[in-house]
Amino acid sequence: MKVHEYQGKEILRTYGVATPRGVACFSVDEAVAAAEQLAGKRWVVKAQIHAGGRGKGGGVRLARSVDEVRQHAQDILGMTLITHQTGPEGRLVKRLLIEEGAAIEHEYYIGMVVDRSAQKVVVMASSEGGTEIEEVAAQTPERIHKEVVDPVAGLKHEQAKDLAARIGLPDTVLDRAAEFLLGLYQAYWDTDASLAEINPLILTTDGKVLALDAKLNFDDNALFRHPKTRELRDLDEEDPNEIEASKYGLSYIALDGNIGCLVNGAGLAMATMDIIKLYGAEPANFLDVGGGATTEQVTEAFVIMLRNPNLKAILVNIFGGIMRCDVIADGLVNAAREVHLTVPLVVRLEGTNVDQGREIIANSGIEIISATTMADAAEKVVAAARGQG
Amino acid sequence: MSILIDKSSRVVTQGITGKTGEFHTKYCVEYAFGKACFVAGVTPGKGGQHVEGIPVYDTVEEARRGTGANVSVIYVPPRFAAAAIDEAVAAGMEVVICITEGVPVKDMILTRHKMQGEKTILVGPNCPGVITPDEIKIGIMPGYIHKKGPVGVISRSGTLTYEVVDQLTQLGLGQSTCIGIGGDPVNGVKHLDVMRMFNEDPATEGVVMVGEIGGTDEEECAAWVKQHMNKPVVGFIAGVTAPPGKRMGHAGAIISGGKGTAAEKIAAMEDAGILVTRNPADIGSLMKKTLK
Repeated sequence: MKVHEYQGKEILRTYGVATPRGVACFSVDEAVAAAEQLAGKRWVVKAQIHAGGRGKGGGVRLARSVDEVRQHAQDILGMTLITHQTGPEGRLVKRLLIEEGAAIEHEYYIGMVVDRSAQKVVVMASSEGGTEIEEVAAQTPERIHKEVVDPVAGLKHEQAKDLAARIGLPDTVLDRAAEFLLGLYQAYWDTDASLAEINPLILTTDGKVLALDAKLNFDDNALFRHPKTRELRDLDEEDPNEIEASKYGLSYIALDGNIGCLVNGAGLAMATMDIIKLYGAEPANFLDVGGGATTEQVTEAFVIMLRNPNLKAILVNIFGGIMRCDVIADGLVNAAREVHLTVPLVVRLEGTNVDQGREIIANSGIEIISATTMADAAEKVVAAARGQG
Repeated sequence: MSILIDKSSRVVTQGITGKTGEFHTKYCVEYAFGKACFVAGVTPGKGGQHVEGIPVYDTVEEARRGTGANVSVIYVPPRFAAAAIDEAVAAGMEVVICITEGVPVKDMILTRHKMQGEKTILVGPNCPGVITPDEIKIGIMPGYIHKKGPVGVISRSGTLTYEVVDQLTQLGLGQSTCIGIGGDPVNGVKHLDVMRMFNEDPATEGVVMVGEIGGTDEEECAAWVKQHMNKPVVGFIAGVTAPPGKRMGHAGAIISGGKGTAAEKIAAMEDAGILVTRNPADIGSLMKKTLK
């Protein structure tokens, strides 16, 4: 689960992580009031969406007067912000963060994630803040410094201080930077975060160490023990189809192609997408129906896929294991009857009772193109999508 | 021969009185030597009951003392799964297979940390389990698609593994042992660990390695294969078409920070002499050609 920058910063402040002072706003009037309340001479008006690259897209602007705050808030609120992470459709801005301006001496990068090989949390730091860290990692990997954290002892003060020194923070602020890192790590650990990224961490001209930006993601599997975090979920930031799919136990992700796929199991679902591409077309979505594939789930899956105006054909690929193919075939036929299918449907069933399953489909009276192997299925669905089925 | 489990394994099922545990235990008991292999169940507070004729104990330690169980399989709900693994490790189980999906990563970090220096081998969580065909099935895979034979199978996913096994069996190629290592970012055995075991197993003549996007496990395994493997390996990586930053169902199946792409994995595997196919429908036939 993702949260907004201002929500992330609120969490971090409770762990003693220093940030600029700021106020979250939902209207221009609130933004103006926030600027007056914060006082000072410079403010930053920041669009709050769950995507990076906001600055480049025009969603982060500096204001030198309250009037400028008003102007920027008017411009940004309600704009469709397009960044490299939003996709070409962009994201509608509904929330702002008004922050006091900071006098920046230098920008650094801090990130925390689970290192899968070490099976521990790793803290990454770089002197190259503010930029795309992927580029730094690819071009100058020696500029990224890492510390692996012992899960029982936690991040140690000397580790944090050492890391701060290695990225070139001046000696005078090393203890302050270490405290910052310790607070950030504790927040990460306590909240079951899956990512904490401070990009940039700044050193101000008067020697403060602040999180100028904050990105926190959380482990969905641990949300059951964090009711307060759950409340921060912003459904406006999620694809409505993905939200609806998840209510039915479906894992759905929209893609750019025109062949819808409905598959049981994530690995087989990805392999099905891959084989569609291999046969010359593009998948319209990833859709994992899980182990069950009930009539209700399949109906919902069809409904969601059919909303896509680009959809040209649907491929159902189910490997029935414990769940028998005849039961799945019944579900498919019922779902196909319930939903008005406007595109060709190719079904490939394999597994337990596959012959009965295929018979049910053949005798259903519904126009379904039956396939045997994955290759056969891919070939047929690509042909169907091109109107040659 | 086989790896990890065979008909001499004695299994305790943790979470046997739950719906999932009871359901799958039934099919495991019915498979090959299952009746002799599945000797105990554990559900705290339900000791003394029986499920499918199997005695239930309150703790894994009691089950081990009462039945000689040396392997545990776990179906308990996600929030209790890591503690169930800890208990099985403490009771001295040689192999622990955790089927449960949705275990918090933090719990697994702590559990793996505690397991340092322990002899227990963990498979999973979030995996279909392990099967040695015609001997023993521990997990949720459909038993009948398997056939005894010379091919070892390692995979991160469930149904894609069944697809591969089915292709092999249809072509007359049986399997020594099939292992689903699971799709979570922090888990037990990885491709590399299983590959080593297959390399040393006299019954295994070739290995199918099925990977997917996310992490660098496949790359690490490929580096080892290049140096040490003396049997042919056929590979497939799922997720060539998956876009970066989108999690494809499995908690671990995500391309993040530019790492874990299918292209990188395929390149590393091909560099190691692994025969990689881009077509998931050709995995079985490629193995068939290789073993001829």
